[in-house]
Amino acid sequence: MIETQPPTIQRPTSGAPAIVARDLAAGYGGEVVWTHADFSIAAGSFTAILGPNGGGKSTLIRMILGLLPPFEGELQVLGDKPHRGNALIGYIPQRSSFDPELSIRGRDFVNLGIDGHRWGVRLPGTDSAAAADAAIRAVGADSYADRPIGRLSGGEQQRLLLAQALVGNPRLLLMDEPLSQLDVRNQSLIVQLIGELKRARELTVLLIAHDVNPLLSHIDHVLYVAQGNVAMGKPEEIITSESLTRIYSTPVEVLKDSRGRVFVVGLEEEVSHPHG
Amino acid sequence: MDEHAIVATITNTSPQLSWNLLDDIAALFHYEFMVHAFEAGTIVAIVAGAIGYFVVLRGSAFAAHALSHIGFAGATGAVVLAVNPIFGLLAFTLGSGIAIGALGNRLRGRDVTIGIVLAWTLGLGVLFISLYTGYATEAYAILFGLILGISANDVLVTLVAGLVTVGALIAVYRPLLFASVDEELAGAKGVPVTALSIGFMAILAVAVTEAVQVVGVLLIFALIVTPAAIAVRFTSRPPAAIVGGILLALAFTWAGLAIAYYSPHPVSFFITSLAFFTYVLVRVAEPISQRLRRKSLIAPLG
Repeated sequence: MIETQPPTIQRPTSGAPAIVARDLAAGYGGEVVWTHADFSIAAGSFTAILGPNGGGKSTLIRMILGLLPPFEGELQVLGDKPHRGNALIGYIPQRSSFDPELSIRGRDFVNLGIDGHRWGVRLPGTDSAAAADAAIRAVGADSYADRPIGRLSGGEQQRLLLAQALVGNPRLLLMDEPLSQLDVRNQSLIVQLIGELKRARELTVLLIAHDVNPLLSHIDHVLYVAQGNVAMGKPEEIITSESLTRIYSTPVEVLKDSRGRVFVVGLEEEVSHPHG
Repeated sequence: MDEHAIVATITNTSPQLSWNLLDDIAALFHYEFMVHAFEAGTIVAIVAGAIGYFVVLRGSAFAAHALSHIGFAGATGAVVLAVNPIFGLLAFTLGSGIAIGALGNRLRGRDVTIGIVLAWTLGLGVLFISLYTGYATEAYAILFGLILGISANDVLVTLVAGLVTVGALIAVYRPLLFASVDEELAGAKGVPVTALSIGFMAILAVAVTEAVQVVGVLLIFALIVTPAAIAVRFTSRPPAAIVGGILLALAFTWAGLAIAYYSPHPVSFFITSLAFFTYVLVRVAEPISQRLRRKSLIAPLG
């Protein structure tokens, strides 16, 4: 039950990549999900992970978190081998939403992001309230942080999840479909917030999304995970009919509507479609 | 006084209430068996109220219920073998608790698996009762509790077990809370979620075994689940909910003992009834008070 201060975070020197994959393969048991992934994610960049369901997007996140060993190849996370409980990573798992009956305040949930992994009870005198307060303020959740988290709206829950991920001052933020349960307005608000936090805190952000459209004006790179392959590039380069057709050697069509929204057709069903 | 004589005393000639409340309260502690009942009841209420919070938070109410019923087979089996039933109870609740914990919290169909094992072990319990030709009080005590038959030695055993369970709960408090709220996230943060799930069920098994003395295996819900279920309706702060659950469990146990002393009916009936009607009252009053609060929020604006 020994309390230690969170380590002072060394900000990444620009240029040093946050994540490097060399000939990386992912799989469970004997089954390979994808192979031959070679990519490097720059520190301080915002990357969207796209691709059809079941393609292995969450598998990549689990490998970065150290929950799943690389099947083959090499993976470097913040200059280190991936390891479980990495304090430099803030994480938002995929979820539908909290159980409405879950009777715990948003603030208590954010506190778990500070010391929830430590044994025992929080000793009196340890001052984590300030850190939790700051994280809650940073995501604009002050007005409902003291209400039971199960009773909050999807957008409010997502902000508190974000506060929980930020409270330990991470360098890398991993989010598994944080937008999937939100309406269009909340999607763009949350993406806006993530973009601001990324700049203010020099975070490297990896975000799994079903629909790239709310992200288009914020992301630096796209990591496309589909059909046993992982491809990376700038969104305008990679989300084109030619490039996706070439990468997946199957006819893929990228359509654009009058508002600049993109639709990818042919990888699965309609992989990327706007909601509403 | 042996326990049969106590049962006779309680059921046949209940003490009479006087008009002096202090005298009535003092009279509660006149007999040694009542002192022991209050001591054991207090320890059990603290343990049950505390662990009940996590049972409710984890949605493990059915697992807690099942543990006690599975324990019934162990207890009756021990009676057949002429061993103290508490050891049989503990062996079966611990074994099944560890197995349920290993199944994990998120596994779909977990409750079906538990139910299937539960039904079989209850059948075993029935067999053991039929094999045991002695006095039926043993089986009755296991099913419904016999807190008025608790010896000084039982109190000591309960105290030690109580300290172990509360100590274990304190030791795993934060990661258990984390894993109960979001297992996936806790796991990624380095919390050993499976080991914790098994550990929690083992602690619960010990708590259930203790609580059986007071309310018996059939009525365990009243002390472990109901107080916590009421407490979480009043507060979403975990420490406050735990303290609230403990206070409610204490109130039900103490009041149940006191009422039973002056009545011809069993303690378990009063404890479970107090728990039940408090819960009903809270559920009925909640929407009404919410409506009132909403009105009072709107009023200053209008």
